[in-house]
Amino acid sequence: MKDNKGMTLIVKTVIKFLAPIVILFGVYIILHGHLTPGGGFPGGVVVASAFILLTLAYGTEVAEKKMKRSLAALLESTGALFFLILAVLGIFLGGWFFSNFLPKGEPLKLLSAGFIPLANIAIGLKVGGGIFAVFLALVIFRVAGEGGEEQK
Amino acid sequence: MLELYSLIILMILGSLVAIHTKYLLSAVISLTLVGLILCVTFLYLQAPDTAITQTIVEVIALVILIRAVPIEKDTMGRKGAKETFSAVVTTIFLVLFAFFAYRALLDLPQFGFPLMRVSEGYIREGLVKTGSANIVTAVLLDFRAYDTLGEATVLFTAILGAIIVLRKAGRK
Repeated sequence: MKDNKGMTLIVKTVIKFLAPIVILFGVYIILHGHLTPGGGFPGGVVVASAFILLTLAYGTEVAEKKMKRSLAALLESTGALFFLILAVLGIFLGGWFFSNFLPKGEPLKLLSAGFIPLANIAIGLKVGGGIFAVFLALVIFRVAGEGGEEQK
Repeated sequence: MLELYSLIILMILGSLVAIHTKYLLSAVISLTLVGLILCVTFLYLQAPDTAITQTIVEVIALVILIRAVPIEKDTMGRKGAKETFSAVVTTIFLVLFAFFAYRALLDLPQFGFPLMRVSEGYIREGLVKTGSANIVTAVLLDFRAYDTLGEATVLFTAILGAIIVLRKAGRK
């Protein structure tokens, strides 16, 4: 990186390799929520933490190129809406609010437990987008409060 | 039980340091220590789901507190008559709280025993009814999905409020 915003070259290089792995781990926690400890909430926060790492190391502009604040807010709203749609679909397909209308499948397989993985994905989107959006809002607010200068 | 009590005493010590330290940065670090010990406590009580969530949220909270909140010297201290007044009021409320908490806690069953009727049903029929191997997720997203919806609504509203308050147009 030619610009001197963000942290030193060492931190930037390490985070360049680390961020994809952190995102992968978060996606694993979300998708395996019904099999192993974890679920939508911690997985979403792990994915958000990867983008927070990028923001801290490279500065706000570079991170906003990867994931815009409006996109993060959009993801959050989509996740919340998806979760509600799943719940309301239960009324028509299963008989009551939040009824598990999909087939249960074989236990301990990835495609099992009906709509629980879908709900986990919805919550993961919601939490990840929301946490990153609020982090960006706080950081931009502080930077602007210091006279528009990016601080170390 | 001894391990649990020592962990809780460490957490209380961390909170006391967070209150009485001079600098906000030390207070933030002490609070994170409390969260870390809470995570160890969850692991000791065999709740890995909660421990994972606690660890990650604690780290994010530390980053947000250090990065987004101006860390300066604590100027919230009170002096003189005000300090005496707050100390007396706090003591009175603490004594009242301890008294009523003691009366209420006498009626609680012993820690972790016996299992409630509902949770026995969840543990026995959770896998058959939901097909989810992780019983915690089965409870969160099937038996108690209403609670998860409420929690998601709370988080959504909180983030919405933060973004609206901190938006560009509201800053002028």
